[in-house]
This record gives sequence, C-alpha cells and structure tokens, in this order.
Amino acid sequence: MNHADYLSLAPLLVTAATAVAVLLAIAVRRSHAAAFIITACGLILALLSLGLPLRHAPRGVTPLLLMDGFTLAVIGLVLAATLGVALFAHGYLARLRLAGDEFYVLLLLVAVGACVLAAADHFAALFLGMETTSIALYGLIGYRRGHRLGLEAAIKYLVLAGVTSAFVLFGIALIYADTGSLLFMALANGNSLLLPAGIGLLLVGLAFKLAFVPFHLWIPDVYEGASAPVAALIATVAKLGAFAALFNLLWSVMQPGSSVCIAVILLAVLSMFVGNLLALQQKNIKRLLAYSSIAHFGYLLVVVIAEDVLLATIAALVYLTAYTLTTLGAFGVMIQLSNADGDADHLEAYRGLAWRRPWLAGVMTAMLLSLAGIPLTAGFIAKFVLLSSGVDAQLWLPIFALVISSVIGLYYYLRILLTLYRAPEAQPASAPLPFTGGVALAVLLLGVLWLGIYPAPFLTLLEHLLTYLR
Amino acid sequence: MILVTLIGIPILAGLLGWMLGRRNPAWPRGLALAATLSVLALGLYIGLTPPENTPWLRQVRLPWIPQLGVGMHLAVDGLSLLLVLLTGLLGSVAVIVAWREITDRVGFFYFNLLAALAGLIGVFLALDLILFFCCWELMLVPVFLLITIWGQRQRHEAAIKFLLFTQLSGLLMLLAMLALVFVHWRVTGQFTFNYVALLGTMPPPAVAMLLFLGFFAAFAVKLHIVPVHSWAPDAYVAAPTAVSVVLAGIMLKAGAYGLLRFAIPLFPQSAEAFAPVAMGLAVITILYGAVLALGQTELKRWLAYAGISHMGVALLGVFAWNQWSLHGVVILLLAHGIGTAGLFVLARMVRERCNSADLRDLGGLWSTMPRLSAVAMLLMLALLGLPGMGTFIGEFLVLLGAFGVSPLVTALAALGIILSAVYTLRVLYRGWFGPPRDGQASVDLSRGETALMAVLVGIILWLGLFPQPVLRAVSPSIDDLRMATRGLMVMEHPAPLVRLIGWGGER
Repeated sequence: MNHADYLSLAPLLVTAATAVAVLLAIAVRRSHAAAFIITACGLILALLSLGLPLRHAPRGVTPLLLMDGFTLAVIGLVLAATLGVALFAHGYLARLRLAGDEFYVLLLLVAVGACVLAAADHFAALFLGMETTSIALYGLIGYRRGHRLGLEAAIKYLVLAGVTSAFVLFGIALIYADTGSLLFMALANGNSLLLPAGIGLLLVGLAFKLAFVPFHLWIPDVYEGASAPVAALIATVAKLGAFAALFNLLWSVMQPGSSVCIAVILLAVLSMFVGNLLALQQKNIKRLLAYSSIAHFGYLLVVVIAEDVLLATIAALVYLTAYTLTTLGAFGVMIQLSNADGDADHLEAYRGLAWRRPWLAGVMTAMLLSLAGIPLTAGFIAKFVLLSSGVDAQLWLPIFALVISSVIGLYYYLRILLTLYRAPEAQPASAPLPFTGGVALAVLLLGVLWLGIYPAPFLTLLEHLLTYLR
Repeated sequence: MILVTLIGIPILAGLLGWMLGRRNPAWPRGLALAATLSVLALGLYIGLTPPENTPWLRQVRLPWIPQLGVGMHLAVDGLSLLLVLLTGLLGSVAVIVAWREITDRVGFFYFNLLAALAGLIGVFLALDLILFFCCWELMLVPVFLLITIWGQRQRHEAAIKFLLFTQLSGLLMLLAMLALVFVHWRVTGQFTFNYVALLGTMPPPAVAMLLFLGFFAAFAVKLHIVPVHSWAPDAYVAAPTAVSVVLAGIMLKAGAYGLLRFAIPLFPQSAEAFAPVAMGLAVITILYGAVLALGQTELKRWLAYAGISHMGVALLGVFAWNQWSLHGVVILLLAHGIGTAGLFVLARMVRERCNSADLRDLGGLWSTMPRLSAVAMLLMLALLGLPGMGTFIGEFLVLLGAFGVSPLVTALAALGIILSAVYTLRVLYRGWFGPPRDGQASVDLSRGETALMAVLVGIILWLGLFPQPVLRAVSPSIDDLRMATRGLMVMEHPAPLVRLIGWGGER
C-alpha cells in the first residue's frame, strides 16, 4: 500500500472511519444529534473525497479492490443514498422515540459493505462486502425490538443471507477448483465443467440478494417488516452494491448465446413480468415497492447482456441513478407520513394527500411518474438509455418484455396516483415537515426533474468518468 | 424563438395561475384565457408575416441532449401552423367553458389544461423524434389528472383506460424510433433523432414494416381507429366538457398529424404496402362508428361514436395520399375539430338547462330555446356534411381522392357518410322537435354564449364557403410531404371513371 493506494481508497476509508467515530462518540456520551451530525459530515466528506481516486483511476488496490470509473460512480450513488436515508431517519427515529446512535453505525457499515461490493475484483472482496452488508442489515431490520413483523423479517433476512453465502461460497470454491485463482478475471479461462457450475451458483447467490424471480420470495416480507428508512436502505444501497458486483462479474464471461446469457435473459424476463404482475393487486405500498423493485432490476439486467460496453455502462449508471433518486423519494414521502402508530404503508394513508399535504403529494407524484418512466422525469431518460442499449444489441425478447411489462407496471403506479388525488375522508392534523427530511425530499425532487428535463451535463459527467474504465 | 414562446406561454401561465389561484380563482382563469389567446395571436402573426426560411415558415434548433443525438428542433409549416391555430382557438373555448363549470381547485385545473395544450403545441412543432415523443406523452398525464379529479361518474376507469392504451402504443412508437435511429446510425454513422436527417433512411422492408407498425399503433390509438377505439367513448363521457373539447377537438388530430408528418414519410414503402389494410380499417371504423352512433341516446356518447366514424374518413384520406385527399384531410380535421368542440359545449348547455343530456329526457327544445336550437341545427348540419359547411369540403375531397385509389372502398365510406346524416337527423329530431317535456327550464343562450357559438359556426361556414386560404396555406406542406415519399405511395392507374371526367391528370 503506497500513497496512491490510500488516495484511491479515500471514500471507503472515510466512511469506515466515520463508523468508528460514531462508535467512539457513543462511548463518550449517547446522543442522537451527535451521532447524526457525525454521520452526515462523514458521508459528505466521503462524497467530496470521490475526486481523489480519480487521478489514479483505474487502479487496483491490492488484488482485492479495483477503483475504476464505474465503481466510483456507484460508490458515489451509494454514499449519496446513505446520506439520504440518514437525513430521513433523523426525523423518523425522533418521532418514534427510538435510540438513534447505533442506527447510524449500522447504516455506515451497510454503506461500507456496498462500496466494497462495488469495488470488488476478487472473490474474497465480494464475499467480505456481502457479509458486511448482511450482518449490519440484520440489526437494522430488527431495530424496532418490540415489533413482531420486524423481528420476523430480521430472521427471514438472516436465513436468506445464510443461504446466499452458502451458494456464493460453493460457487467460488468450484471456480477456484477449476481456475486456481480468485480473481474475477480468472472466469474467462476455465476449461472444465466446474466453471459453469460455479458461475451458476454465484449467479443464484446474487439473484437471491437482488431478488430476481424465482429467488424473490423474501423481499416483500422483509420490506414490510423493516422500518421505512431501513426498507429504503435495502432497496437502494444494498441493491446498488450487489448489482455493481454482478455487473463487474458477468462482463468478463458474457458471450452472446452462452448459457449464462440465456439464464440472465430468463431471469430478466421473469422478473419483469412476475414483479409487475404481483404488484398489481397490492394495497401495501412497501410490498408494492418491493415488487416494483424486482421489475426494475429485471429491466436493468438488459444492460448486463448488451454488447457495447460503454453504452451499457452508461445505461446502467443512468438507470441506477434514476432508480435510486426515485425509490428514495417514494420512501422519503412514506417516512414523512409515518409516526409512532406505525409506518404509512397502506394505500389508504395516501388518500387525498394532494389536498392535505400538497408538497408531499407533489413529490410522490413526480416519483411515481418517474418509476413509470413518463417523459420529463429521470425514469424516462433512464428507460430511454436502457432501451437504446438493448436495441443496439438487438435483444428483442427482453426489450418487448420490458415494454409490455412496464405498461402493466403503469397501472399500479396510476392507482397510487389516483388515491393521492381522491377526495380525502377525514382531515388528520398535518405534522410539520422536519428540516432534514424536507431538504432531502427537495433535493431528490430537483434531481428527478433535472435529470428528466436536462440530462446533458449529467451524461457528460458520466462520459468523463467512464474514460477511466477498467 | 417565437416557437419556443408558443410552448412556453401556456406552461408559464399555468404555473403562475396555480400559484396565484389559492387567493383568487379569477387569476388562473384570466391567465389561461390570455395564454390561449396569445397562442392564437402568435400563430396568426406567424401566418401573416413572410416566412424566415424555406421550407419552414419558422425554425429553431437548440442543443438539448447532444450525447444522445437529441436536439430541440422546432419548426412550423402550413400544416402545423393550422393545427396550432386550432389549438389556440379550441383552447380558448375550453378555458371559457371551464369558467363556470369548474369551481373546485381552479388553479390546478388550469395548470393541467394548459400543460396539455403546451404538449399538443409541442407535438405539432417538434421535428426531433424524442422531443416529439416527450410532448406526446406530456399531454397524457395532465389529461389523466383532469379526468380523474374533475370528471363525472366512472372517471377513474375511463382515465386509466385512456392512459394504458396511449402509453402502450406510445412505447411501441418509442421502440420503433430507437430502432430506426440505430438503423440510420449503422448506415451513415450519424446518431441523431432529427426528423429531417432520418427522412431518407431505408431500413430493410421487413424491419421497416415493423417500425412503421410501431408508429401506426401510436397514431391509430390517438385517432381511435376501430380495434383500438374503446378508450374514446368512456373518456369523452367521463371528462369535464372543457377536456372533452380538447380531447375530441385537438388531441385526436395529433394522431392524423403524426401519420402525415412521421409515419408515412419515414416509411413510404411500408405505408404503401400497408395502405390497403389501413383503408380497410378506415372503412370498418366509419361504418362501425356510424352504426353505434345510431343507437346512442346520451349526447356526449353519441358525439364520441360520430367522432370515431369521422376519423375513419380522415384515415382513409391519409392513406389515399394524393393532392385531393390530403387537402381534404386537413379541412376535415379543422372543421370536425371545431364542429365537435361546439357540439360538446352545446351538450353541456343542454345538460345545464334540462339536467340531462339524454335524448330520452329531451324533446321540443326548439320551441323553448330557439337560439340554442338554431346553433345546434347548424352544428349538426355541419357534422353530417351539408354542402356549404367545412366538413363537406373535407369529406368530398377525401372521397374524390380515395375514388381514384379504390372505388369500392370509397363507395363503402360514402355509405357511412349517408349513415351520418341518419344518426345526426335522428338526434336533431328527437331532441329538438316534438312537444316539449316537463321540467325543462326555458333559458335560452345568453349573449356571451351566443357570441362564442357564433364564432365557431362562422369559422365552419368560412371553411365551407371560402376554403381557398386554408388550402393555399397547406398546399406547400402537402407537396413537401409527398416529395418526401419520392413518388412512392402514389397510387398509379387512375380509375377509368376519373380519367374519363378528366380529373386524373394531377395526382
């Protein structure tokens, strides 16, 4: 490790150091405010330090991690999303009168794990990242200790993560047996049947983590049981890390027409349809968002099999950015409506929101339209770039599946939208918007609209980043 | 820049009205009317001043998303200018109609209405495929909200149906656009969504047909051609009157415009191969709409089916693709837009006065409300295509053009036009003649209402009696469009009868 290595790792180091700092602060004096401020400052510092690795990118730091343009972009998204969750959680935890300090430690650990996953270039790093994320998430999902569903969800996630680890480890072992190396690059030059078997097991493990159909059964229960900020964290940060790892991993082995390619297409098409169809009748917004995230990651799989590396990477990043902004925004509105009586996850809680709390309803409208991919929102630009990448590679089957299933998806987004604008039944007292949550929502709304209306600067930034591709 | 202003004015007025509307609902109303009238005025200004450059009257190109080959290319020619003028006119009518109809959340209502109008103007001006698509979709969400919030019974189902139909077909069009651009990119190395650049692209015939069908799907849904029409009656009936006016008066016309501007010039061979099918669909649409209109008793639903029938005529004219039929289509679009808008307003007035717009509850309106009835009669005569009215010129030219292509189809279409006389006169007879019913208030049109209707009727008469200015305005655009298809899509072998009369020369 020399000077440049440390600089390259700066965002990761700062985030990890922030977690330690919060722990130390807790040891001195328990204070929600202090923990929050340290977390927020640490994350902002980590975001600022993203510029440091750029000069040395792409650079392998030890054999384990590789910091290139794609990784840095994903790390930036992960850190920003974590900051967003922290801002939302601040008001939420205060309203629920939960002790907040440890929450932030676990939050930061999830972020570190996701960053390691995104940067992994070695199976050991992949495994470490996955485990760091999972272990921190057990604690977060069960954070509301008295909550029955929460505990159930934590146990479910524990079992799921255990199964995932088993699959991934077995897959890694098979690959090692064949190639004798733990580097991702080794995947390209195996010569026995062990390698495809290993890749298959790895794929299953990651598919569990990302909840592709048919490995999706855990996700609605976990979303429902976890508190709204934690569900937002699982939906954004945890998935971002896992997807980046999948993307990095599969690039080296993907050949058109190979069995891996067919498996990925199958996963994609199934996820699109099953995710959207299961969401149709959902009255619980958390479960609905869970199913919708299944479908969205199904769409994203199209870029994994696309041909043109640059276009596919841009498409992946734009889509991930739009998805993160939008999902965080939707969960953010839910968090603002949640209080000690429970999370606002039922459709009825949103009835007439447009006339009770117009700003929140406005944000929710923008987020729903963006999830549905209507123009002038980030979701449209994302879908547009994604479709471009798919059309370029002539992947007609997944693309038609995408188009048809996203119209199915439109139906349930519209149903929420209708509920927002129905006449309200009663007029519950409207709570004031907490400052931190309000700022986060405003930034997310502006982001979604800016990306939808004038994405040129953002695309330029991505193009610049991707000159540092591995 | 005047073109950007055209789109910007409604959006700005809508936002401003929404903000000021909390204090006083007069603000959004006044601002909305000012915005639509200024669209009309700007349109007239463009039409009356000499053009800046050829072939477009005005044109503006700004960068938007250069990385993706998407630009802000707006341009106006005679065809789009006329449709922008129609938007300004009927937009004003919608604003005036909503003045008293909408009393609830006025600011938000006008914001949505103006956003939909801005989207429409954008559709008529855009020459970049993605910009076109954005405007195309931009009008959907406001209309969806307008129907769900301010609509009548069954509004949620109607609104969702409307959005699902248009969205699915819209996405197919987006896919076709992308595929076309990639084909163009492979051939020329230029990645662009610009319409002018893409005009000469010749994808392989099988691919071209698929892409053409993608475009056709989107425009056929908007034009409610028969297998994909079922959203229309529900949406018209559920929507508040102002929105019905916009939907039936202008938004449909965007479908025909899309066919004329994009679908056929971009894929002339496929359009030619597809023309028999399209004309068959047109005939089915004409007859189906007419037969169903015969059985309707509710005025708005009746108007919806009559509209379906008339748009079949427009589709027929588009695919006949010759001088006469295309001129006819333009006149038909304008006259039908204004006539239908007038009738929707009239249905609303009848409903206000008699608490019902159902023929079973109406009768003898002529004796209680002579002025309203006179307007109704004129508008209905226009709808059934009486000579002297704009619709007549349009339908006549379409049939004339189509006859050279297929006498059989034309004969069947003419049958539908006869049926249109039957269903229109039936409504006129049952609602306006006979003994008056009890409980009908006998409040005739107020002075303002009379003036509004007089303007609409006047324009229809003008289109019928002096169509020459309009024909002259669109002629260059139609020539350009037909040039773009480079001699394809011209139906050779004029029918013997036409040649006999000596009409066959110019086609």
